[in-house]
Amino acid sequence: MPDVRTHEPDDHDNAYAGLLVNDVHWAFGTDFEDPLAGVDATVPDGVEPAALATYCLMLGDDALVMSQRIAEWCSNAPDLEEDIALSNIALDLLGQARLLLARAAAADGAQVPALPDGSPVPDEDRLAYFRDVAQFRNVRLAEVPNGDFAQTVTRILLFSTWRLALFEELSRSRDAVLAAVAAKGVKELTYHRDFAGRWFLTLARGTADSRRRLLAGLDELWPLWAELFETHDVERAASGAGVGVDPAGLTADVDAVLDQVLAASGVDRPDHGPLGGAHGRRGRDGHHTGALGSLLEEMQVVARAHPRGQW
Amino acid sequence: MVTATLERAREVACAVVDPELPMLTLADLGVLRDITVDDDGVVTAAITPTYSGCPAMAAMRDDLVRELRAAGFPDVRVRIALEPAWTTDWITPAGRKALAAAGISPPGPAPRRSGPVPLRLAPTRRAVRCPLCGSDDVEAGSEFGSTACKALYRCRACLEPFEHVKEI
Repeated sequence: MPDVRTHEPDDHDNAYAGLLVNDVHWAFGTDFEDPLAGVDATVPDGVEPAALATYCLMLGDDALVMSQRIAEWCSNAPDLEEDIALSNIALDLLGQARLLLARAAAADGAQVPALPDGSPVPDEDRLAYFRDVAQFRNVRLAEVPNGDFAQTVTRILLFSTWRLALFEELSRSRDAVLAAVAAKGVKELTYHRDFAGRWFLTLARGTADSRRRLLAGLDELWPLWAELFETHDVERAASGAGVGVDPAGLTADVDAVLDQVLAASGVDRPDHGPLGGAHGRRGRDGHHTGALGSLLEEMQVVARAHPRGQW
Repeated sequence: MVTATLERAREVACAVVDPELPMLTLADLGVLRDITVDDDGVVTAAITPTYSGCPAMAAMRDDLVRELRAAGFPDVRVRIALEPAWTTDWITPAGRKALAAAGISPPGPAPRRSGPVPLRLAPTRRAVRCPLCGSDDVEAGSEFGSTACKALYRCRACLEPFEHVKEI
């Protein structure tokens, strides 16, 4: 039971009278809670728990890394409205990541990094903060460094168009937790995509400079686009078992939406080819660009310095 | 006996307010989904997040546990209900009134759809009235506001800025 104390109720001289005087009632600074508390996390029949967990890590890592990149705009965006918009989008993705990493841990505890006895760090945080680069399964589109605002708009457009199509299908997953996370995520990704689509159009039809920047951003990110539709063995298995989505099957729907934005913006689809992997290995295999290492270093440093940390 | 206990637990839980919108109870906001009491007197409350990244879930849980314990229910559990996803349609009429009274424009009906989610490249249009003066001569400021659930508007009649709870 938290020790919640208030000022004396008859203290009328103090404008703060009646407010709580200690912080124990706040979520921040007290303790952790399980984002799946009381949720039935039984793995559906015929599904390999380890494979389901890895599949959840893929979708969770996409959101976590993308969230971290977008959050770098917090206090740096071109104006206050966009600063708040980007922070909101980053927060939604962080929430999706948290649920997906928690679902991964509930499916297969063996994939959760071990910490010293007595560590209060919950499973989803262990997965976020105590895995190394090669254990991250995100697509590389999420991890490359930020450029200018136009590049970020382009990245959010590409990412959310793809992820929204994926989540619409995932909301019919046989795994009840994945289906619920996806159904909720669809609502959020809808306005992420609208935000990015509107800005893409605005920048494309804006000044010569805004258009030049937008096209440069699209050119830079385009080599990472094809990877989103390359089916990894884990995704193929998850799709076959009725719990996941084969991204190759999303191409037509995603292209239709993206072409709508490109056409409205008077922008041609770039024609250069995809970025290769090392010996065919890509983000889903744990093969990343150098940028992910620096991103994780910054994101993980505090948690790793205090594996028994109580916040 | 059990019915009376359940009624009492429900009454206490339904009076707990939202940590970010304290003019609303969790019940009015539609995030308190269920209250049960089992034969051993264990109270279980089910809450659902408004958004995936809602940072207030732990505060809601702590508030429910604290209030129910203070009301004489020693064993209280809070579970997360992820499905169905929260919608602003669950905000009660009393909740809408409380929002408006606090100067926050309540949401209209949430979008319903069948089939793929349509892309909207034009700004979102809503029939919004200024909660302060009642004028419908308002302009949208930003689709994103201080919390995930609100957009910013400005009233052209009374010139006051105000927040609108977005339909979701």
